[in-house]
Amino acid sequence: MSPFIADTIFALASANGRAGVSVIRVSGSAAVDLCSKFLGDLPDVGQFRLRPFRAKDSIIDHVLALRFQAPYSFTGEDVIELQCHGSPAVVKAILAALSESGRARMAEPGEFTRRALENNRLDLAQVEGLSDLINAETEAQRRQSIRVFSGHLGKLVEDWRQHLLRATALIEVTIDFADEEVPTNVTPEAQDLITQVVQSLDVEISGSLVAERIRDGFEVAIIGTPNAGKSTLLNAISGRDVAITSEIEGTTRDVIEVRLDLGGLPVTLLDTAGIRDSTDKIESIGVERAIDRAKSADLRVFLKSNPEEQPPLDLDADDISVLGKGDMQYGTGISVSGKTGQGVDELIALISARLLDRAANVATATHVRHRQAMLDARQGLADALIALAKGDSHTDIAAEYVRYAIRKLDSLIGRVDVEMVLGEIFSQFCLGK
Amino acid sequence: MKHHDFDVVVIGGGHAGAEAAHTAARTGAKTALVTLSHDNIGVMSCNPAIGGLGKGHLVREIDALGGVMGLAADRSGIQFRLLNRRKGPAVQGPRTQSDRKLYRAAMQDLLARTKNLTIIAGEAADFLGTDDAVSGVVLADGAEISARSVVLTTGTFLRGVIHIGDKSMPGGRMGDRPSVKLAQRIDSFALPLGRLKTGTPPRLDGRTINWDILETQPADDDPVLFSFLSNKPYVRQISCAITHTNEKTHEIIRDNLSRSAMYGGHIEGIGPRYCPSIEDKIVRFSDKTSHQVFLEPEGLEDHTIYPNGISTSLPTDVQVDYVRSMVGLEAVEILQPGYAIEYDFVDPRALGADLQVKTVKNLYFAGQINGTTGYEEAAAQGFVAGVNAARSAQGRDAVIFSRRESYIGVMIDDLVIRGVSEPYRMFTSRAEFRLSLRADNADQRLTPLGIDLGTVDETRKRLFEGKMAQIDDCYTVLRSHNLTPSEGKKHGLNMNQDGQRRNGVELLAFPDIEFSDLEAIWPELVDHSVATKAQINREAQYAAYIERQERDVQALKRDEAQLIPEALNFMEIEGLSTELRQKLSKVQPRDLGQAGRIDGMTPAALTLILTKLRQIQRKSA
Repeated sequence: MSPFIADTIFALASANGRAGVSVIRVSGSAAVDLCSKFLGDLPDVGQFRLRPFRAKDSIIDHVLALRFQAPYSFTGEDVIELQCHGSPAVVKAILAALSESGRARMAEPGEFTRRALENNRLDLAQVEGLSDLINAETEAQRRQSIRVFSGHLGKLVEDWRQHLLRATALIEVTIDFADEEVPTNVTPEAQDLITQVVQSLDVEISGSLVAERIRDGFEVAIIGTPNAGKSTLLNAISGRDVAITSEIEGTTRDVIEVRLDLGGLPVTLLDTAGIRDSTDKIESIGVERAIDRAKSADLRVFLKSNPEEQPPLDLDADDISVLGKGDMQYGTGISVSGKTGQGVDELIALISARLLDRAANVATATHVRHRQAMLDARQGLADALIALAKGDSHTDIAAEYVRYAIRKLDSLIGRVDVEMVLGEIFSQFCLGK
Repeated sequence: MKHHDFDVVVIGGGHAGAEAAHTAARTGAKTALVTLSHDNIGVMSCNPAIGGLGKGHLVREIDALGGVMGLAADRSGIQFRLLNRRKGPAVQGPRTQSDRKLYRAAMQDLLARTKNLTIIAGEAADFLGTDDAVSGVVLADGAEISARSVVLTTGTFLRGVIHIGDKSMPGGRMGDRPSVKLAQRIDSFALPLGRLKTGTPPRLDGRTINWDILETQPADDDPVLFSFLSNKPYVRQISCAITHTNEKTHEIIRDNLSRSAMYGGHIEGIGPRYCPSIEDKIVRFSDKTSHQVFLEPEGLEDHTIYPNGISTSLPTDVQVDYVRSMVGLEAVEILQPGYAIEYDFVDPRALGADLQVKTVKNLYFAGQINGTTGYEEAAAQGFVAGVNAARSAQGRDAVIFSRRESYIGVMIDDLVIRGVSEPYRMFTSRAEFRLSLRADNADQRLTPLGIDLGTVDETRKRLFEGKMAQIDDCYTVLRSHNLTPSEGKKHGLNMNQDGQRRNGVELLAFPDIEFSDLEAIWPELVDHSVATKAQINREAQYAAYIERQERDVQALKRDEAQLIPEALNFMEIEGLSTELRQKLSKVQPRDLGQAGRIDGMTPAALTLILTKLRQIQRKSA
């Protein structure tokens, strides 16, 4: 597998949800070669053909393959479009197979568009309004990342970052400050740090906390002050007793998740702790967590306990505000009551309508992208260890591999630029003549 | 048509100014160099050394383009050392101690022999022209020199203040006055300014040092020079000595910290992290009981010694005490106390990649005024500003140096896109294409460009073409021979037994196969020169890695080709965050590649900018 960047990209090109058909687009110079590996014979240029998609000797799905030749395609490159069954599992399996081939990578938000623009394949009318679409994709991806990397996994990723930053500083210091007083043998420490990250990556690649954390679909957070009736509403929506409900304020101290099928869309409803200033330490943590989760959710439903109440955090334009305990008070707009069921259907319809507008399937994409990043980085780090073992004459090569691995992990550990490496060097070593 | 006295006038005769004036004149532009005194040209105001890691790469590049720094360094070099000799060629950096007087003499000689160049002794006090466009300079005596382009290289002279302990005095360098009038005029351009500081150590009298008991560091037996035109050192090679600070030294410094200008609160400028004062070293790394100090002679016939590693702003009496606490320096006399200097710099994000001030037409900045440190960084900017000032005067397009092709490009790009937070110094780790931007191939990367620009003379051109012809010949021979893995095995070559027939070039890409191994198989390879074989070996060593980087290189090249019109209003691009809009407006990237390197930029944001560019192109089409 080539550890360096592939210029052939792929992504789900159709909307999310359990639609009948999903479209996966593969674009770039390796598109034809790569797809024929999975499909066998491809249709002729400008034609379509029904083919089995085989990976690891089993058929994932029967797909309709459409073949476009550069420059007559959406991106202006060779493009294969695969229409498969619209099940998330099938889509995920196909994306994973493409990624693991090592010959193509998951497209970044807006990347197909970018290629289309570079190759002059979009007319002015198509260009207008693209920004909204690209932004929606980016925002959804950002939110997904926040979700994945909060909590324990955030700590793990931070360790990778610290280890790699220190390892690269140790290697670079021997290169750029060769004529200074650097402790002579810093290589063993660098090797140790890299090895630790490799082992940790191996655990993630095989079992993967990341995988567990990633779920397809949307997150919708219900927010509001304590005792606004959020848990009762959640129960009403989900039609079963999931959240603990009681009349005591601050009962929901952790975030409770309920997976639902809402109008065909996979949705996770989040019941959050009531947001208020609290002196109770445990409740305060719950409140903080509620705010974090609410911010990273795809949609927020603000349940007001009275008609004049202001939201406890900034809401997006298409977030939803409703008046709670509708059986006991009146206001303008939607009012709901978890107790009597009043307004609940209306709210569900509104939630599905808003979600349908959103770019989705981010979770699968994120999963595939992260896995690919980890595999590539692991390869780079393994190569770095080989180079380091060869001694001084290969330090520059080792540095190159570590740099490559860090760049691959960008989306997980954040960007590490040369100023940060220099900062690490100058904080650790007394340099300068 | 308006008459101009000169095409280009360069203010300042330091490393940036000398290179800028020489370069401009080389391209055929009628050039003037204005300096306080002719004697100041080529002065090394800090340590008497040229090159090092990253810096040595810059000097090689300047030389490959036809510049003067490498030649002056070779003529004055008294201790050539190739740093990282045991590491890969990509990270080897040539360095030398220079004889201060010989360096200055060499630089003055090189400039005196430069056609189209006039040297004018005088103090530049003002600019001709408006606050939007300059058209020459006014000297302190009132004389006016009109020019199409002006290159300003004032180093640390803008509101320079020298600190020794609690004493401070205005000055750009010990013994020289600062440029106050010019600083006031520059204020009228309303450029974003900042303040930096740097320091020097006390200069010692070598006749009072007990050399016999000190460890020495000799020059390389096999010296590697800077210029592609030089073969061997011009003058005698010497050794440096090494001594160390000790507990006693640290105690003296610690006891007097409050008397240091730095720690007494007299200095507000930001100093470089990689060049800390001895006070800083002792405070920040208090567990270290000793620091290395290099005793570097400033010249063959000069008894001044530069103790590298102990720059300071402590009062003179404390400097005497701590210096004498070190082994070998017990009876040393200080010739000139160390000092710290604070000076103004211009935020380089106010400049374009041609080093022209974006808001003041015809005005170019180079060197320390742009927030850099080091002779080499200054000279490299001097080249870029000089060549562009000349091209602009001649009505030609600017030449932009790319990160893909040179350390010069890396530095200029870092400066104009990212700005500086401390004096900027080159490091090899700043170059993402480090494996291909090597000191050994600077001529292959840049001499053809220098030929196009007119900065490379006939001698260098012939030499370069001869060298390339030899290399090409050797590659032709290598490609004409091939063998199978089993044949290779018979010759003792360690290669994949995959049945694949490979030619000589492909064989060299294997880590265990050297040029000499192939000579044994194909004797006609023996005839090629040692230099040719060595170069081909170096190229083969990195071939696989460079090939892998090629896609990144191509992607960057594509982005560089997407030019962003100056008139583009980033505030109007839909979908960009306010923060990114502001950053883009401030930096005004010239192409999509530059935009991509702005802090916080995302692929999606770049697509949005590209979308806007397409809209503009369609509407104007």
